Amino acid sequence: MARNPRGQKPRRPPWRRGEAVLGFLYILPATLILAVFHFWPMIYAVYISLHRWRVIKQGYVGLANYKWVLSSPQFWNALKVTIYYVIGTVPFQLGLALILAYLLFQDIKGREIYRTIYFLPYITSTIASGAVFAWMFSPQEGPINRFLQKVGLPPQRWLLEPRGILTLLGEYLHIPWLHGGPSLALVTIMIFVIWFWVGYDATIFLAGLGSIPSELYEAARIDGANRWQLFRYITLPLLSPTTFFLSLVAVIGSFKAFNHIFIMTDASSGTVGGPLGTTTTVTILFFKNFYDVPTYGRAAAIAFVLFVIILVLSLLQNWIASKRVFYME
Amino acid sequence: MTTFTVTFGGTRFHVRLSLARFILYVLITAGAFIAMFPFIWMILTSFKSYGEVTAGRFFPREIRWHNYVEAWQAAPFGRYFLNSIFIALTTIAGDLFTGILAAYAFARMEFPGRNIIFFIFLATLMVPGELTVLPNFLTIRKLGWYNTYQAQIVPFTASVFHIFLLRQFFMGIPRDYWDAALLDGCTHFRFLRSIVVPLSRPAVVTVALLSFIGSWNAFLWPLIVTSSEKMRPIQVGLRSFVVEEATQTQLMMAAATMVIVPIIIFYVFTQKYFTEGLTMTGLKG
Repeated sequence: MARNPRGQKPRRPPWRRGEAVLGFLYILPATLILAVFHFWPMIYAVYISLHRWRVIKQGYVGLANYKWVLSSPQFWNALKVTIYYVIGTVPFQLGLALILAYLLFQDIKGREIYRTIYFLPYITSTIASGAVFAWMFSPQEGPINRFLQKVGLPPQRWLLEPRGILTLLGEYLHIPWLHGGPSLALVTIMIFVIWFWVGYDATIFLAGLGSIPSELYEAARIDGANRWQLFRYITLPLLSPTTFFLSLVAVIGSFKAFNHIFIMTDASSGTVGGPLGTTTTVTILFFKNFYDVPTYGRAAAIAFVLFVIILVLSLLQNWIASKRVFYME
Repeated sequence: MTTFTVTFGGTRFHVRLSLARFILYVLITAGAFIAMFPFIWMILTSFKSYGEVTAGRFFPREIRWHNYVEAWQAAPFGRYFLNSIFIALTTIAGDLFTGILAAYAFARMEFPGRNIIFFIFLATLMVPGELTVLPNFLTIRKLGWYNTYQAQIVPFTASVFHIFLLRQFFMGIPRDYWDAALLDGCTHFRFLRSIVVPLSRPAVVTVALLSFIGSWNAFLWPLIVTSSEKMRPIQVGLRSFVVEEATQTQLMMAAATMVIVPIIIFYVFTQKYFTEGLTMTGLKG
């Protein structure tokens, strides 16, 4: 092999021994870290979930922890809260971001400055900005309540309010049959989430808009298409891969959301998970079973169920995308 | 076309603008205002006196820099910042070291099982961090790393996502370069150091930035693996300050400003790489 002139190396095997050893050596540091802190914990998590495990391991209990999770009203409530959270944030953040990106895409002066500003929320730590939001929505001193009072609307208890938003609306408008919905505390968190993500989503949409060839618009314009038709029949379909990507990130992100829910409820009332548990998402429930009350077996089972939900959602979205998303190439 | 007359400093400006464009600017400016409002309010409040906060004044009468001194003295923020900077820098160094080597091996070297190993790496991207938090916590305790720096650094010194990003970029470097370097008797390591890394600067900087932001903003993990103020990074420190000083809004805002403003300044200077990184991760990932 070594005697072969260069350029005529034998085809098989495709690797030389020295290079193969070197290759393994190069991936070794990363593999080592990932093995200990990324791959192994997945197996370990399943192992923990099959045991009664408070701070230390106590005994094998089979699927009892999973049974506890799936029969616990706490878990189903957390799932309901999480679904409210997804419905209340994802469509709004994507819709607003699309409008914003479309506006920014027009020929405007200072586009870079606007883009920088819109992106600001995304780069700040959610602990700091979440705390700022908690104070903005403070029932006593917050500027939001002061503004509401100034324009003649009733001040709210925001992060301390466990009643559903529809209940509050029904009371205000005297419509007796309106009640329920996500608590106002959860809605306050949703407002934060939308504020946090819109700029990021808009930036990605903007890149997507830039990749649509302008000849398509010109051709359609020659055929007499109006502004709305251009948007509806060219922009929207050609943006669908971007929209798909962003909705995937947003939905999965919702199921993983933690920091801002933690800090907003912690800073306002000292109760993580909000008034009457109305902002306790699945992740917060996991945290409570891990940190507040150390029931590690249950916490691991919750985390595993969460993992399965995220996996199913990703596969489902992939499947929908394969049918509905329009790719150019 | 409509002509608007704007009076500014005694001089009249005539701005010719179509109504549609006028509405466009109003909308995007309103959006920018909403995006910035929490920061504006935070900074304004950080300069107020306690009385002004409770009275609900929007603008402070005078700028009280002293709030920053008070906040800085009320909690060991200096220590928190140093901890965060140290943890972030060492994490970036480790992450780049493992990431560049692995990405290069996956992109340019031939060894048995390469594609399968890479595929297994990628498959684990689906696993949410929540699943690994608890077992990793137990591992850290077993290693005797509870309440140490290494507990906050070592687990983040390798990232599948970052390896993936770097590999994508390395693959884009023409194969001919390597063939030419090989002719000159260049080793893989020298080729990587003097050709691949310099040519991949945008990707390397982006990964460093992602690593930095991740480390700087980390909260849940440092919260559970630390127990003393000495080891805590800035986010965890900020949270305990928030909970303990709940009545002194102006001090909390000063603390939040100290945490947020450096990141904003940092972002404004590096945003070119952010946007590049975003489009790389967002549209091709």
